[in-house]
Amino acid sequence: MPQLEVHSIHTSYGLSQVLFGISFVVEPGEVVSLIGRNGVGKTTTMRSIIGLTHATMGRITFEGTNITRMAAHRISRLGVGFVPEERRIFPQLTVWENLDIARRPANNGNGWDEERVFSLFPDLRDIQSRPGGVLSGGQQQMLTIARSLMNNPRLLLLDEPSEGLAPKVVEDLRDQIKALKDSGLSIVLAEQNLSFVLYLSDRCHILEKGEVKYSGTPNDLRANPDVLERYLTL
Amino acid sequence: MDMLLSSPTFVFIQVLNSISLGMNLFIIAAGLSLIFGVLRVINFAHGVFYMFGAYIMYSISKEMELGFVTGVVAAGLGLSIIAIVIERGLFQWLYDKEHLMQLLLTFAIVLIMGDLAKIIWGTDQLSVSYPEGLSGATNLGVTFYPTYRLTLAVIGPLIFIGLFLMIERTRWGRLTRAATQDMEMLSALGINVPVIYVTIFLIGSALAGIGGALAAPINSPTPGMDATIIVECFVIVIIGGLGSLWGSFVGALVYGFVFNFGSVIVPNWQDVFAFLLLMVVLLWRPWGLFGKPEREGQ
Repeated sequence: MPQLEVHSIHTSYGLSQVLFGISFVVEPGEVVSLIGRNGVGKTTTMRSIIGLTHATMGRITFEGTNITRMAAHRISRLGVGFVPEERRIFPQLTVWENLDIARRPANNGNGWDEERVFSLFPDLRDIQSRPGGVLSGGQQQMLTIARSLMNNPRLLLLDEPSEGLAPKVVEDLRDQIKALKDSGLSIVLAEQNLSFVLYLSDRCHILEKGEVKYSGTPNDLRANPDVLERYLTL
Repeated sequence: MDMLLSSPTFVFIQVLNSISLGMNLFIIAAGLSLIFGVLRVINFAHGVFYMFGAYIMYSISKEMELGFVTGVVAAGLGLSIIAIVIERGLFQWLYDKEHLMQLLLTFAIVLIMGDLAKIIWGTDQLSVSYPEGLSGATNLGVTFYPTYRLTLAVIGPLIFIGLFLMIERTRWGRLTRAATQDMEMLSALGINVPVIYVTIFLIGSALAGIGGALAAPINSPTPGMDATIIVECFVIVIIGGLGSLWGSFVGALVYGFVFNFGSVIVPNWQDVFAFLLLMVVLLWRPWGLFGKPEREGQ
C-alpha cells in the first residue's frame, strides 16, 4: 500500500481553479518531487494534502486513511509534516519556542527531540534563545524543517526549501534532506532547483497548469532534455 | 486644590485610590486585551460581561447568601459558560469576516444581554455588601484606608503575575502567542486552534465577570454600568497597546492616576483628562505604549 495516494484532485481558491486532476503516489521512504514553474500548482497540491485548502474533487489517502477533507491539525497528527514555502516561523517566539510548540513525541519513543534536531542542524543550537524573526533565510529554513521534525512525521511535505538561499546553504540543506531520506522519512518535494531535485528524488512529476504533464525517474529526466526545455525553462 | 495636594497624607490616599481603581480596571481590561490579542476580535460585549459578573455577585452573595468568595467564583464560572456559548455559537463563524461584522455582532450581544439583565435583575440600583473581614479600614500608620480597596490593589497584581506566567512560561502560553502570529501554520503543526480560541475567550470573559464581581461592593450593580466600563477599558488598552498584557497593566495604572488626580485638580473633569491622555497617545504612538504597530495588510 502506498504511504500517500493523491488521486485526481481538483482544488480551487474561491472561483479560481488551480488543480485539474493531479495524481501521484509516494511509497514509504521515497522522495517524490513536484517540479514546475511558479503558479503551476505545486504549493496548492501541498496545501491540499495537509488540509489547509481542501480539494473539491478527488481523493487523498495517507496510510490508508482518507484525509481529503480532514482538518489540518488532524492530518498533521496522523503523521504528515508541512514545511511551507514562506517558512512561516513564528517571528516573536524564540527558536526553542518554535520547536517546542511542535513537540509531539513519536509512538516508538525513538523520535525527534531538540537534541536530535540540533545534531542535524548544529547552527540552531547556538541561536536557541533568539527570536525567529531575526534569523537569516538559511537559519529560518533549517528552523522550519526542524520544527516539522519535532512533530515526528512519517511523511514530510517540503515546499521549495532551496528558494532564496545562497548556493553554499542550498548544498548543506541538500545533504540534510538526504540524511532525512536515509533515516526512512518519506518526502514530497516541490522545487524549481533542478540539480537539487535530481540529486534527492526517486521519482519526479512535472506540473503545468494544474496537471501532471510528465512523470519519470531522475535518469529519465536527464535523458530527456527536451522535456525539461518545454516545461521548466522560463 | 493646591492646599489639598500639599498635604502628604491626602496625596498618599489619592495614590492608593489610583492604584486600587487601576487594578480593578486592569482585571477587566486584561480580558479585553487578551481576547483581541489572540482572536483579533474587539469585543464590545466585554462591558456587559462585567455587568453580569456584578449582578451574579449580587444574586449569590445577597439574595442566596452564599458568601462573597462564592460570588466571585460563580461570576467567573457563569461568564465562562456564557463565553463558550457565544464563541462556539456565534464568534467562530466570524473570524474570517471583516471587523465591522464582528463589531456589529458584539454590539447585538450588548443589547440582548443588557435587556436580559433588566428582565432578570430589574432596573433598580442594587447593593452588595463588602465581604466579611474586609469591610473596615486598615491602619497604614499615616492614615486609615478601606481594607477592601487595599485588597483590590493586591488582587490585580496577583492576576497580572498569573497571566504573565501562563503566557510567557507555559507551553500553552507559547501556543497562544503562536496563534496570534500564524494560526494556519499552527494548525498544520497539529494544534487544534479552535480549542485555543475558545479557551482564551473563556479566560478573558471570566476576567470580566470576576472584575465585575469584585467591583460590585464599590460600583452598585445597575443597568448601564456596562457602558461606563467598556469606555474605560478601551481608554486603558489603547493607551497601553491592544493585545499587550503589560500594556493593560500600565495603562490601567496610568488611567487610575489620571482619573483620581484629575478629579482633584479640576473636579468633574476627570474624564476630560483621561480622554486627553488617550488623544495624546493616539497621536504620538497610535499602537499604544506597549503595543506593536500592525503591519500592512494585517
